[in-house]
Amino acid sequence: MKVREFLCKKRKIMQLEQILQYTFSGLSTGAIYALIGIGFSIIFNATGIINFAQGEFVMLGGMLTLFFLEVLKLPLWAAIPCAVAVSALAGLLFERLAIRPLRQPTPINLVIITIAGSILIRGLAMLLWGKDTHAIPPFTGDEPISIAGATILPQHIWILAITLLIIAVNKFFFFHTISGKAMRACSYNRRAAGLVGIDVRRMVLFSFVISSVLGSLAGIIVAPLTMTAYDVGIMLGLKGFCAAIIGGMSSGMATVVGGLILGVLESLGAGLISSGYKDAIAFIILLLILFIRPQGLFGKAESERV
Amino acid sequence: MLEVSGITRLFGGVTALEDVSFTIGQGSITGVIGPNGAGKTTLFNIITGIYGRTSGRVTLEDRDISGLPPERLARLGMVRTFQNIELFGAMSVLENVMVGLHTKGSSGFLACSLKMPWSIAEERRIRETAMKWLEFTGITELADDCAGNLPFGKGRLLEIARALAVEPRIILMDEPAAGLNSKETLGLAHLIGKIRGMGVTVVLVEHDMELVMDVCDRIVVLNLGRKLAEGTPREIQENREVIAAYLGED
Amino acid sequence: MKREPFKFLLFAVLVLVAPLAFKGGYLMNVLVFVGINTMLAVALNLLLGYAGQISLGHAGFFGMGAYLSGILTATCGWNPWLAMPLAALAVGILATLIAFPILKLKGHYLAMATLGLGIIIYIVFNETVDLTGGPSGLSGIPNLAVGSLVFDSDIKNYYLVWTFTLAVMLFSVNLAGSRIGRALRAVHDSEVAARVMGVNARLLKVQVFALSAVISSLAGSLYAHTMTFVSPASFGFNFSIELLTMVVIGGLGSVYGSFLGAALLTLLPELLRGAQDYDIVIYGGLLMVMVMFMPGGLVRGIPDLFRRMARLREGAGNA
Repeated sequence: MKVREFLCKKRKIMQLEQILQYTFSGLSTGAIYALIGIGFSIIFNATGIINFAQGEFVMLGGMLTLFFLEVLKLPLWAAIPCAVAVSALAGLLFERLAIRPLRQPTPINLVIITIAGSILIRGLAMLLWGKDTHAIPPFTGDEPISIAGATILPQHIWILAITLLIIAVNKFFFFHTISGKAMRACSYNRRAAGLVGIDVRRMVLFSFVISSVLGSLAGIIVAPLTMTAYDVGIMLGLKGFCAAIIGGMSSGMATVVGGLILGVLESLGAGLISSGYKDAIAFIILLLILFIRPQGLFGKAESERV
Repeated sequence: MLEVSGITRLFGGVTALEDVSFTIGQGSITGVIGPNGAGKTTLFNIITGIYGRTSGRVTLEDRDISGLPPERLARLGMVRTFQNIELFGAMSVLENVMVGLHTKGSSGFLACSLKMPWSIAEERRIRETAMKWLEFTGITELADDCAGNLPFGKGRLLEIARALAVEPRIILMDEPAAGLNSKETLGLAHLIGKIRGMGVTVVLVEHDMELVMDVCDRIVVLNLGRKLAEGTPREIQENREVIAAYLGED
Repeated sequence: MKREPFKFLLFAVLVLVAPLAFKGGYLMNVLVFVGINTMLAVALNLLLGYAGQISLGHAGFFGMGAYLSGILTATCGWNPWLAMPLAALAVGILATLIAFPILKLKGHYLAMATLGLGIIIYIVFNETVDLTGGPSGLSGIPNLAVGSLVFDSDIKNYYLVWTFTLAVMLFSVNLAGSRIGRALRAVHDSEVAARVMGVNARLLKVQVFALSAVISSLAGSLYAHTMTFVSPASFGFNFSIELLTMVVIGGLGSVYGSFLGAALLTLLPELLRGAQDYDIVIYGGLLMVMVMFMPGGLVRGIPDLFRRMARLREGAGNA
């Protein structure tokens, strides 16, 4: 009897530890989804476009870092900014060469052109770097750290810390700089913003650049954990979109929370239910939210849409 | 014929319409006027089922139609036109009117895709009737043109032809004279008379006072979401409150 | 309008005699796929080109048709001719149920929702290993047969598939020029005006979504019975995008355009053998160029190009 009780108790503790473990890893993937989701929201709010190519910038972040590390033999601290800069350039070119010249910018044409862009970027990446999956070394070793029975990797901490930093910078930019305020004005009312002298086209370009920077950063910090390849952008992009939908297409905290919720649910679902259906969880949540609460999980439609 | 009672509509915290009531008689021409922002278009959108209402009732020939969607209202004999004409731009002028005859046909997916004899006959009937309505509005020669390329005035006529094809008992027109030159407005006034001549009740929101005073039997004046006055054109012209509202006095 | 029957007749005759020109061979197999893809592209075009509603999940309905047919025949031992309509019915019911909430969404949101739906279906194919065989696929699906005639060669399958494809094309051409097709285009141009004219836009969109899914399911069944093997890889997100590319390249709202798009995208990888890795880049580039420079698709773009060239030549002749 005693033994059984002990075993039972032990199993319970094990389960708790497991849940904690899944939650930790869920939070760090969730942070990645949040960054990608904010990228979606920034473009959506500035232009009304859902950029299907968003995930490709995530891929570019990881692959370019790898390129600078392995081929050009740069140190990590130099490779990362280079990768971000090239991704930003790609975002800029994408807007100038594909989005802006579009003669009939109907929603369907915009969907198709961003899909086309995503296929093109993915294809070029495949031609340049091949189909293999690559690993990027973690930023500071891979010695696991133990917290309350669960172990986390230093990279997890990097991810959470960098995400927090990016979100803080993001917030500062949108609320305390002229360009940021101008972009917010565009998101509230594009015509009125144009009338008061804001260069709306430049803000649109800007939104693409910022989104590609955010996307590539997400891709860089996650690559040491999940590996990277030319086609990782599809899934990561879609999950990021899901985070943005949960957050009601906000580019602030709501989407961050959305990303974290998604990450944790996915991680728990994969660990406790079935790992095969892990990817389905995000899409089921996506459909449910779109059907039931298209304005996002948190309250009113017009709340925090920066 | 049409009775609007106690219609109120809030948008967030803003009251767009407050307790608006009036009755429209069978076969009459009624004008709804008021300064910008008075709630005229909102009222039209509520009556025709485009927006929901916060409270109030709309009845059409003693039948409660409040909250019914526009496609149901079309079958009950109510149709409308839009301020910034809403044509099917990628279709021909004739096809636009043929869509107006949608409720006059019954062929479904199966009959249509199998080209059943009855659906071919139905199609021919619809085409002939559509031509009749183009003739009625005087744009027969444009039948094969693309609706998206029509000049504004002709587009307006097409929209009216398309609405009439539904064979409504009541037609609501949202600023039908907006964007028309004086000659076209004259033609419009004549057309409105002809429509009433068929026994169709007409309601119009309009800014062109000359047209309103000329063709309407009765006028309803809205201001700041409320009904300010109601009466014959002469009564309205002499109403002090109406004059004050238009001149912006308190 | 009067020219439509002749156009179709001419097309049908060309399809019938095409095998004579190719004398069997490997290309016949490719032409079977052109037939299946044409069917799928026409189905998606009904939804996207006529009703103006996008779907990035059609590979899912295609796959459901294929798997339902495959499972009912290979695992349960049913007659394929019975499995096919039953699969179509099941897919039709499912599509109708999903259509009501999903078609409330518009534009980008609809695109994302249908995409999510497609991916969920794809994951189910992969994970329900007991039913579908999982990633390694389902084999041993019987060929269709009429009496003693078994459709087990490329040439026989060619005629089998194209009979269905031609029927679907004919139905779609008829539908497009009818009361229903007109109402669909009206909803596309201005939903509110169409509703004011008495068109039940909501119901119509659901119906065309279901119809499109049913046709895709039929194409899936045909695919399963001609290939005798199915695996999830054929029904993923990429194939949904490929279908979209076919419809856009061919021309939105044109049945023959869908054939052109399907033919081009099915033949292209064959022409590019050796340069296989380039096909994804070429798809992307093609799609982008088409949306930017020929938004009407090939069916409208090519005659336009000829007209412009003729005018140029005339101009040069006069000078």
